[in-house]
Amino acid sequence: MRWGEIIRRLVLVPPTLFGVAVIVFVLLRVVPGDPIAMMIPPGASEADIARLRALYGLDQPILQQFSTWLGQVASGDFGKSISVHQGVLELLLERLPATIELALLATLIAVVLGVLTALAGILLRGRRAEWAVDGGIGVLLAIPDFLWALILLLVFGVLLPWLPISGRVDPQIDVHLHSNFYLLESLLTGRFAIAFALLHHMILPALALALPFAALVARILKASLTEAEDQDYAQIARARGYSRPDILLHEVLPNALIPTVALGGVQVTLLLGGTVLVERIFSYEGIGNMAIDAVINRDFPLIQGLVLTFAVLFIALNLAIDLIVTVLDPRLRHG
Amino acid sequence: MTATLEIDGLKVAIGAANVLRGVSLALQPREVRGLVGESGAGKSMLGRAVLGLLPANATIISGSITFEGRNLLAMHETERRKLLGRRIALIPQDPMTSLNPVKRVGVQIGNLLRHHLGVSKRVALARASELLAEVAIREPARVLSLYPHEISGGMRQRVLIAMAFACDPALVIADEPTTALDVTVQRQVLQLVERLRQRHGSAVLFVTHDLGVVAKICGSMTVLHGGRVLEDGETADVLARPRHAYTRALLAATPRADRPAEALRPVPPALIEQLWSEARRLDRLTIAGPT
Repeated sequence: MRWGEIIRRLVLVPPTLFGVAVIVFVLLRVVPGDPIAMMIPPGASEADIARLRALYGLDQPILQQFSTWLGQVASGDFGKSISVHQGVLELLLERLPATIELALLATLIAVVLGVLTALAGILLRGRRAEWAVDGGIGVLLAIPDFLWALILLLVFGVLLPWLPISGRVDPQIDVHLHSNFYLLESLLTGRFAIAFALLHHMILPALALALPFAALVARILKASLTEAEDQDYAQIARARGYSRPDILLHEVLPNALIPTVALGGVQVTLLLGGTVLVERIFSYEGIGNMAIDAVINRDFPLIQGLVLTFAVLFIALNLAIDLIVTVLDPRLRHG
Repeated sequence: MTATLEIDGLKVAIGAANVLRGVSLALQPREVRGLVGESGAGKSMLGRAVLGLLPANATIISGSITFEGRNLLAMHETERRKLLGRRIALIPQDPMTSLNPVKRVGVQIGNLLRHHLGVSKRVALARASELLAEVAIREPARVLSLYPHEISGGMRQRVLIAMAFACDPALVIADEPTTALDVTVQRQVLQLVERLRQRHGSAVLFVTHDLGVVAKICGSMTVLHGGRVLEDGETADVLARPRHAYTRALLAATPRADRPAEALRPVPPALIEQLWSEARRLDRLTIAGPT
């Protein structure tokens, strides 16, 4: 991808986000239920309800509400959460790092597992054990992340109580970090005890997110490896006296990674979407967990902020994947 | 004198279909032998058998392939890998698909040299540059830093030829190396192969369906049909006095500058039918066993 293409993609970001904002804003106000209905006590008078609606500006026409909100967002003010009574931006900045760390750890686990499985599968190509690998991939793929979360929680949290099943870190541990990227910061500053305690809490939700994704990576990569190994250049490498593992690692894998990153990379967005339920199941304090509370409470400003955050993450992810594919494939760099 | 390559009674089947029905041929050091036949004659399979590149569902039923006195088929895999690419090399058919698309030309040649000769990265790159100069590539240093898609098909074929001769092989198997190229480039490639095999002292098994190519560069030739050798001898003799009806038919089907195009005769279908029924009879005999 050349610079022109990158700039074109960046220019398209604001209109995309605007579209997302319009859709979420209108949808929230069209579907039944609003934040006022959630906060009033039973038996509140019509006049009280009207006063509250006016207080949050919900009595205005939708277009009016939208332009007011958009004006605020443009100046960096995402409004105040109705249910938590804190600034939306403040809440997002506090919770987002937890989700990003969880998603990164899950992706790392998935890539390592997926690549190893695919390599094992291709080494066993044509033998009966290849079926075992394919079958394993199929099983992992058939069980969704939230179900993995429940299974892992039951097995490693309840039956064999080895791992904690809720939260981001033990409450008695004094974290005292500068940023909200607890894991990254503690690793970078060499505070491994804290990092270990964090990982202890993260491993189960990360595994739940990683297992289906690992299966996906393994399936795409194995198919790509199979196809690349049948290409002339890989066959000819055999006639040059290279061993099969050598050929798979040095000739075939660099080619097979291109479609794998292009196809599998996009699926990281699915993994991000999966954080919503998985964080909930493990009471992990990320934005996914917060999103469910926000929806239950019809917390309009918070939902709007969260959806925009997810949109920005998805766009950034897609751009990053296209950049990585360009790095992997020289034919795209000069084309 | 030990023959460079000696194939004796080689029978190969793919699944239930016989593709080589007892092929024997020999190549002396520095000999250039044309292996001629139409599509499906088994000529490429023969080359692949020598290189150990037969498809996974192929079985070698009987026969031997001996390289410089050592039986390649009985040899351990690791032993054979030491010969492949170094003593036995391949010039592949299609230059467009035969180089790794994500690796620079210099890396691909360099890896081959380092793998077989154990030289350092720097020495390998310097040697790669010399090799490219040898196949008449201008600015070799620049070409080394390019990816395959950045150079032409003719240039890719030169790179592949350079790689084939890189480790001074005793035997080069050229698998229709000119088929995918246009006519003007074909001539240059043939001249290159001829020059390099003289310089490196290699024997060449030149697989082709083009009798013109055989007449130009091969001292001897073998005519293959249905996995059988029909005729074998010095190229000049075979072309002047073909003994087998099929060879005569092939010659009559080859365009020549000194003959009008109307004189071209396709190989008669009756002859083809007769050859295949002979091949099938051979198969039945094999199954029945010697009596």
